[in-house]
Amino acid sequence: MQAIKNLIKKSRIKSPWLLHYDCSSCNGCDIEILACLTPLYDVERFGIINAGNPKHADILLVTGGVNNRNKHVLQNIYAQMPDPKVVVCVGACGNTGGIFRDAYNILGGVDKAIPVDVYVPGCPPKPEAIIDGVVKALGILAEKSENLKNCVEQEDDR
Amino acid sequence: MFTVSNIIIAILAVILTPLLGGLIAGLDRKLTARLQGRYGPPILQPFYDVFKLLGKSKMMVNGTQVFCAWIYLISAVSSVLLFALRSDLLMIFFVLTIGSVFLAIGASSTPSPYSQIGAQRELIQMLTYEPLLIVVFVSIYFVTGSFKIDDILSYPRPIFLSLPLIYLVLGFALTIKLRKSPFDISTSHHGHQEIVKGVLTEYSGPHLALIEIAHWYEIMLVLGICGLFWSTSWIGLLLLLIVTYAAEVVVDNLVTRATWRWMLTYVWGVGISLAFFNIAFLYANRFVN
Ligand code: SF4
Repeated sequence: MQAIKNLIKKSRIKSPWLLHYDCSSCNGCDIEILACLTPLYDVERFGIINAGNPKHADILLVTGGVNNRNKHVLQNIYAQMPDPKVVVCVGACGNTGGIFRDAYNILGGVDKAIPVDVYVPGCPPKPEAIIDGVVKALGILAEKSENLKNCVEQEDDR
Repeated sequence: MFTVSNIIIAILAVILTPLLGGLIAGLDRKLTARLQGRYGPPILQPFYDVFKLLGKSKMMVNGTQVFCAWIYLISAVSSVLLFALRSDLLMIFFVLTIGSVFLAIGASSTPSPYSQIGAQRELIQMLTYEPLLIVVFVSIYFVTGSFKIDDILSYPRPIFLSLPLIYLVLGFALTIKLRKSPFDISTSHHGHQEIVKGVLTEYSGPHLALIEIAHWYEIMLVLGICGLFWSTSWIGLLLLLIVTYAAEVVVDNLVTRATWRWMLTYVWGVGISLAFFNIAFLYANRFVN
């Protein structure tokens, strides 16, 4: 049993499936994210897949600031991802609202709508920085799955 | 029937098949990456994926879905079992079909449009490959005089030599079953395309893992049926399977996804005429000799 648990723990960091959501970015960050999938960076060597489906995803990559419209979409997507999950927000706009922060419709960074675990700065960040952010998120994912298990065990005890 | 050796074979088949299937899937991904000029994931990646999925929290739309995922797995396992016990090809075919039908039912039990479209396309895919599989089995019967795998294995010559065109027809069925281009119609290879993941869209976490494992069983079963075509020597069998799978991967990387209309007309048209020529040739041969 312990062996299987360890295997699952190891697999979690070895197979992160991404979901990429573009809140209201200028597309600069999105192009850098997609660049990570090209043969030059090839994130699939880490087992990373662009899943395109919140129900299959472990990591939510968000670009761009949140506005009143896409706030609900973002929250909906976040709710559809099964635990354990982490959120990485990419680019200045995702972190704080960036150059759009003073626009009348922008609420601010992604953390105004959902909890964010990793902030990747830059406008746009380099693909290396994005991969670095995702790898950092994997550490948090492992931590979160520990906590998740503790929560379940506590609930079981109750 | 229930001899000790049979039980050992059954247990080995149930345990080894998914391991082999996963390894083949891993090699497949590596080879695909290399063909695209990428480094590719580790060979064990499919196992990591499945174990991760098993460890995720359960999230289901309805109970039907879960039931269907289990039936899909059970039917795939039982058809592999039947194959390992050298039972009847037609029986294996019917058991395999049950699973595929339930996969589509599970997908259409959810309100998601992607899943619904995927389910309908899955049914069309079944409509495409099932007659061909039956044709393949009937041709095997035509040559060996039996549907029993036991008798087919004891046939002295490789069946491939009498049925080369039928083997191509089986190749169509294999491509559809493997969900590879140009027939990755019901579940697109990459999740960020127009139907997301088709039939698999609404399955998540452990249930998706069940389906993935069942898929490995199915792949191994179809490869096993391919293997029957050169059952007289191990070297011939391995060569045939390796060439077949390598061809699948190359074709997968060369072509784009077909529409279901193209698939149905092309696969039926070409498949049935190939089968017809092969059988006609064999029939004529009988008269000559
Ligand atoms: S951070 Fe820069 S590149 Fe990224 S969305 Fe904002 S303005 Fe565009």
